Amino acid sequence: MADTVEHAIQTPELEQPYGALGVKDDEYARIREILGRRPTSAELAMYSVMWSEHCSYKSSKVHLKKFGALSQETPRGPLLAGIGENAGVVDIGQGYAVTFKAESHNHPSYVEPYQGAATGVGGIVRDILAMGARPIGVMDSLRFGPLDEPDTKRVLPGVVHGVGGYGNCLGLPNIGGEVQFDRTYLGNPLVNALCVGVLRHEDLHLAHASGVGNQVILFGAATGGDGIGGASILASETFDETGPAKRPSVQVGDPFMEKLLIECTLELFQAGIINGIQDFGAAGISCATSELASAGDGGMFVNLDLVPLRDPNLAPEEILMSESQERMMAVVEPANIERFMEICRKWDVLATTVGEVIEGDRLIIQWHGETIVDVDPKTVAHEGPVYERPYHRPAWLDGVNADRAEALPRDNSPEGLRAALFAVLGHPNVADKTWVTQQYDRYVRGNTVLAQPEDSGMLRIDEETGLGIALSLDANSRFSYLNPYLGAQLSLAEAYRNVAVTGAEPVAITDCLNFGSPEDPEVMWQFAEAILGLVDGCRELGVPVTGGNVSLYNQTASTPILPTPTIGVLGVIDDVATRIRAGFTAPGEVVLLLGETREELSGSIWEAALNDGHLGGMPPAVVLDAEKALAKVMRKAAKRGLVSSAHDVSEGGLAVTLAESAFRGNLGFRVSLPGDDATVALFSESAARAVVSLPEASVDEFLALCAKRGVPVTRLGEVTAEPVLDFGVLSLGLDEARDAWLAPIPAALG
Amino acid sequence: MPRIGVVTFPGSLDDHDALRAVQLSGAEAVPLWHGSDSIDGVDAIILPGGFSYGDYLRCGAIARFSPVMSTVIDAAGKGMPVLGICNGFQLLCEAHLLEGAMIRNAGQQFVCRDERLRVETIDTTWTCAFTKGDEITIVLKNGEGNYQASAETLRKLEDNDQVVFRYLDNPNGSANDIAGITNERGNVVGLMPHPEHNVESLTGPSTDGARFFASVLQFLSVRA
Repeated sequence: MADTVEHAIQTPELEQPYGALGVKDDEYARIREILGRRPTSAELAMYSVMWSEHCSYKSSKVHLKKFGALSQETPRGPLLAGIGENAGVVDIGQGYAVTFKAESHNHPSYVEPYQGAATGVGGIVRDILAMGARPIGVMDSLRFGPLDEPDTKRVLPGVVHGVGGYGNCLGLPNIGGEVQFDRTYLGNPLVNALCVGVLRHEDLHLAHASGVGNQVILFGAATGGDGIGGASILASETFDETGPAKRPSVQVGDPFMEKLLIECTLELFQAGIINGIQDFGAAGISCATSELASAGDGGMFVNLDLVPLRDPNLAPEEILMSESQERMMAVVEPANIERFMEICRKWDVLATTVGEVIEGDRLIIQWHGETIVDVDPKTVAHEGPVYERPYHRPAWLDGVNADRAEALPRDNSPEGLRAALFAVLGHPNVADKTWVTQQYDRYVRGNTVLAQPEDSGMLRIDEETGLGIALSLDANSRFSYLNPYLGAQLSLAEAYRNVAVTGAEPVAITDCLNFGSPEDPEVMWQFAEAILGLVDGCRELGVPVTGGNVSLYNQTASTPILPTPTIGVLGVIDDVATRIRAGFTAPGEVVLLLGETREELSGSIWEAALNDGHLGGMPPAVVLDAEKALAKVMRKAAKRGLVSSAHDVSEGGLAVTLAESAFRGNLGFRVSLPGDDATVALFSESAARAVVSLPEASVDEFLALCAKRGVPVTRLGEVTAEPVLDFGVLSLGLDEARDAWLAPIPAALG
Repeated sequence: MPRIGVVTFPGSLDDHDALRAVQLSGAEAVPLWHGSDSIDGVDAIILPGGFSYGDYLRCGAIARFSPVMSTVIDAAGKGMPVLGICNGFQLLCEAHLLEGAMIRNAGQQFVCRDERLRVETIDTTWTCAFTKGDEITIVLKNGEGNYQASAETLRKLEDNDQVVFRYLDNPNGSANDIAGITNERGNVVGLMPHPEHNVESLTGPSTDGARFFASVLQFLSVRA
C-alpha cells in the first residue's frame, strides 16, 4: 500500500531513508517542520530531488544573486525575461526576441556517454520551447580527459554521437562550441549544451498555473522507469522489495518524439490555448507540478493514476521522480481542451488530463484514491535550503602563480620555433575538430550563415531584412585555474570577441558554471571568484546575464576539475550578408594584427605543449575597454565592408590564428613578427586581439577607424597564393602545417 | 506558375528548406501532409530529408505506408516529376519507385560535409538543366547513405544510364560511388545529398542546388 498522508500522521516515528536520498539531517528536520508531520515517501521523494544541489542551487544561490544586481539593459534595450525564467529573453529588434541557455549534463555523460549527451541536448531544447520559442540551433562545449587515454576513446565518441544523434534528428543545426582536453576531466567529462530559440515579442509565454478549474495536461512521452535515481531507493527500501532492482539512473532519449513535441507545442502556442507550460527536466513531475503551481495563483490537484506509464509496475514515488524525456505539462482552460487534444492527435502526441488548478495554495497528489502528497508547492520549488558554504583562497595557489611560464626556457632558433609551431598546432586543444563537427548537421533549416570552425555560429532570423544573431560558447579553464576571477573574465572576453569579429554586436550572456565540490572551501572560493569576475566583467562590457546553470561536484575522488566557467555570448547583426568569415580570401591582401601583444605565456597552449602540461603563473591581463573598442571597430568594419576576414587570437596565440586563417582560405602568408621575442610574438595569449585581412584600398579607412577607437594596429604582411606560412624567422609549408593540425584527433579516435 | 509540393512526414526536417528552395526557384511551394492522400493538384513532388518516424524499423519504411504515398506512387507512374532527398531517397527505395537500398555509412558515423558530385545523366526531370559531366558541390548529411544494390541491379542502372550523380570522393562506401539514381522513365530521382541547402551563397557552400529546381521548371514548361 502507498504511504498516504494519513499513514504519515499515524506513524510519525517511521524511519525514512532520507540519507540515502541525499537529504541531510537538518534538511529532513526542516521538511518535517514545514509539513508539521513526517513527509510521506512521495513527499520525501519530491523534496529530496527538488532540494538537491542540481535543482535548488543551494550552495550557489548566495553567489548567483550577484548577477541580479547587474543592469537588465542590453545594448539593444531591456531584457524581456531574465534570470528565474526557464531561459532569458532578449529583444533583437524588428519585433523578434531570442532566448538562449546552456545546461550541463556532465555526470550522466560519463556513466552513459550517448544517452547522457543526447538527453542533455533534449533537455535544453525543451527549456527553450517552454518559453514559447521555436528552437533554431544548438551548440556544445565538451571537455574530456587526455586524448590518448583509453577511457577518452569510450567517452568522447559516445558523447559526440549522442549530441549529433539527438540534435540531427530534431532538425536543429549545430553551429559551434568547443572541444577541449585536460587530465582533470578524465573521470568527469563536461557536456554543456546550448540551445537558442526565436519568437515574436507577442508570443512570449511564462510558466503559470492560474485560473481555478483549468486543466492540467501531461503531453508527450509516457512515463517510464528511466532516470529515477533516488526514487528507486525509496521504492525498493520502503515498499517494493520484490520489485525490480535499481533502475538505470541515466535517461533514455527519443529525439523523434521530441521533434513531434516541438511542432505540436508550437502549434498549441499558435492556437493561443496554453495558459501555462512547463518542460520536464530534472525531477520530472515533482518539478513540473511544484513549479507550475507555485508560479500561479491557485493550488493544484493531480491524480497520479492518470499518468500514462511505460511500465505499469512503477511505484508512485518513481512516477513522481522519473526523468523520462520528451514530456511537457500545460495548464489549459476547459473550453480549449478539445482543440488541445485535436492538435496533439495531429502530431501523434499522447496527451492526458491528469489534474486541475484548485482553490487554495496546496499541491495535492492522489494515488489509488488516497492522498500521498499535500504540500505548499513553494516550499518544494523555491524554499529549499540555502547554504553559505565556507570558502578560502587555496594556499597552494601562491606557489602555482609564482611558477610562471614566462620563466620557462624558450628556444627562439628557427629549428626551435619550428618544433614549437608543430607542437602547438598539434596540441589537442588547438587541433582540427572536424572529426567531431562533421557528425553534426549544420545546414538544416537553411539559415546557418556561420558554423564551426568559424569564431561564432551565426543564424539568419529574418529572410527579408537579413537580421541575424551570432553565438559563441567559450571557457578557458587553464586561465581559470591560475586565477578564477580573471579566468572567468577571459572566458567572457573570448566569447565576446568571437561574436564581435564576425561583425555582430554582443548583447547578452548566459553561463554554465562547472566546478568541483562546494563542500571543498577551495573549490567554493574558485566559484565565488569566478562569479565576481563575471559580474564585474559584464558590468564593464554592458551585457546582462540572462540566466544560467551551475554544475558542482565535478571531481574525481578529491581532485576537482579545472574551474570551467562556460560563457555563451549572444550577438545581433543587422544584416547577415555583412558578416565576416575567418579564412583568408585573396592573395595580396594586407594582414593586420589588432590589439597589443604582451609577454603572456602563463596558461597558454605553448606552455602546455612545450613543457609537458605545465600550468603556472598568472593569466593574461584583462582589458575590457580594449575588448569593447575592438568590438566596435569590427562592427563598423563589417557594416562598411572593409575587411575580407577576421579571426580572433586566443588559444595558441598569433601563430594559430594566422595558420587557421591560411588553412581555411587554402592560401599562404608572408609576415614579419612584431617585437623582439619570436616565442612571445607567436604564442603569447594576450587578450583583446584579432587578425584581419583586407584589400590595400581599404587599409587607410580601416586604420582611421582603429585610431578613432584607440585600437593598436600592427601591419604583419600579406596573404600569398604560394602555399607557405612564412613567419619571417621561419617558414612552414601549408600542407605540412595543416597535416600536423588535422592529424591528432582522427589518429587517436580512428 | 508551376506548383511544387513538399510532403511533411512526422520527423521530416528539411521540408522547410525544400519549400524555400522551390520558392526561390520561382515556383509556388505547396506544403503537403503525410496523413492526407491529396497532393493538391501539384505539378511535381519533393520528398524531403529528415528522420521520418525516427528512422525506426528502417529509414523510410514506415513513411512509405502514409496515405499520401499511394497518391505519390500513382502520380509517379503517370510521369510526374518526383525528387527524393536523403530520407526521401530512402523512402522512394522503400516504395519501390527506385531500386536498391541504403545501409549504414561505411565509417559507422553520421557525416555532414560539402560533397563533390559529378552529374552523370541529364536525361531526367531534375537534371535536364545541367550539362553531363558537370562537377557540383552539394551538402551531404546522413548516417545511412551507403547505397547498395544487387550486382544485377547495378549493372542495369549503369547500362540504362540511370545513375544520376556519382561522388568524386565516396564518403560512405556507396556501390559504384553512386550518390543518386533515377527510374527508367527519368521522372523519379533520388539522391542522398541535399540540393535544397545549396540555393543561396549566404547559407550554402554553393548554389549548384538551384539547377535541380531550374531543371524541373524547364521540364514542366516544355511539357506545358
